[in-house]
Amino acid sequence: MEFHSAFLEAFFKWELIQRYFPAIMKGVGVTIEIAAAVVFTGICAGLALAVIRAFRARSINVVIVLFADAFRALPPLVLVLLVYFGLPNLGINLPSFAVLWIVLSLVLAAFCEEIFWAGILSIAKGQWEAARSTGLTFVATLAYVVLPQAVRLTVPPITNRTIAITKNTALGTVIGVGEILNQATTAQSFSGNATPLMMGAIAYVILFIPVVVLGRFIETRFRWRRA
Amino acid sequence: MRLNGVVSATPPILEIRGLRKSFHHVEVLRGIDLSVAPQELVFIIGPSGSGKSTLLRCCNRLEEPTGGSIRIDGVDIMARSTDINAMRRRIGMVFQSFNLYPHMTALGNVALALVKVLRRPRKEAERVALAALDRVGLSEKAAAYPAELSGGQQQRVAIARALALEPKLMLFDEPTSALDPELVGSVLNVMRELKRGGMTMLVVSHEMRFARDAADRVIFLDHGAIVEEGPPEQIFSQPERTRTRAFIADIAR
Repeated sequence: MEFHSAFLEAFFKWELIQRYFPAIMKGVGVTIEIAAAVVFTGICAGLALAVIRAFRARSINVVIVLFADAFRALPPLVLVLLVYFGLPNLGINLPSFAVLWIVLSLVLAAFCEEIFWAGILSIAKGQWEAARSTGLTFVATLAYVVLPQAVRLTVPPITNRTIAITKNTALGTVIGVGEILNQATTAQSFSGNATPLMMGAIAYVILFIPVVVLGRFIETRFRWRRA
Repeated sequence: MRLNGVVSATPPILEIRGLRKSFHHVEVLRGIDLSVAPQELVFIIGPSGSGKSTLLRCCNRLEEPTGGSIRIDGVDIMARSTDINAMRRRIGMVFQSFNLYPHMTALGNVALALVKVLRRPRKEAERVALAALDRVGLSEKAAAYPAELSGGQQQRVAIARALALEPKLMLFDEPTSALDPELVGSVLNVMRELKRGGMTMLVVSHEMRFARDAADRVIFLDHGAIVEEGPPEQIFSQPERTRTRAFIADIAR
């Protein structure tokens, strides 16, 4: 019984919940904004890079592969710090929100490029040949025959990766982006209690569970009829 | 080489001269000369690895020849000035593995090139596509996806996809090899129907019975060269060359 109340006191203190609810909600709003922006630009950029790679121009592809490998290998936190503290020395001053958005978009783009590229490669050669033999150009074949199939195949890995990367919006806290974790840690240091952090954790769950469910829905929805 | 009687009067649809094709250092085609006259059905037979499929695939440049020339309806398809995409829509191709687009209905498969290559309005393209499906006896399957069709039906849709573009020449690359035996007949019947309609066809296949009753000419290919050619009765019953005889005996088993 004693542990029970100590636990509630440590993580679910009612007056703190009331006091910091607005701040956490503000953080939720910021997290949603960044996440939405990152998902959109990251996936679009990843798809664009995979399409460019399909043209198999050697020198361009070397650059794409180097980019994808570097941004998949580096911890996003390192990139966030590097860009945030490095760019001002070049005279480029970006708001911390923009830094987080750009870095996470690039990371997501790097992963998505590899996934979309694998999807494009997985489409049988016969599909290309059938389309080209009816007079479709390379670009038309890619657009109407290969990509629609490749994109469908890649929905599950893209969804997983997107969720993994958007969770990194929490890294914004180290450069002062007022997202969920930033609001929660600020509140924690003022109150000396972990309740705001628990509120942040719950907020992440509430935010991302629907995304996971939506991913599953898209996955079944996008699958074409198979035997 | 023997000049074929059918060829003499009208200019050939397909005229291959000295065609060579190497993959790395392996020469797969070693100087092929072949003419196909309008409305002719030419059958290519030969052991596996003899270059049959490569020969066919050079005709629409799915494989790039390494030497020689190919003219389709008088146009040199190897020439720099030739728009190969424009030529390809006049050369229908049917593959062993059907290669239908799995994300599109039968109608969508047939209509795609009509819309995206010939720039027909969607409505008109679908009308033409439906007519093509009707020619292969599958208009009632227009809304079905490839996965919902049998192998024979899929191959007939693939034939309709090529037919819809009104090709001058149809290339068949082992069209029945991937089919269950009971489904072969439906595809061969469609090919017979095409022949009756005056389609010019170049066929790589192991369907010898079909070759006997439908082909105008049979070409026996071995090691990348034409060993013997002639009307089916001659090739199948009285082949002149030992290699042809051995091959015919092998497949007759």
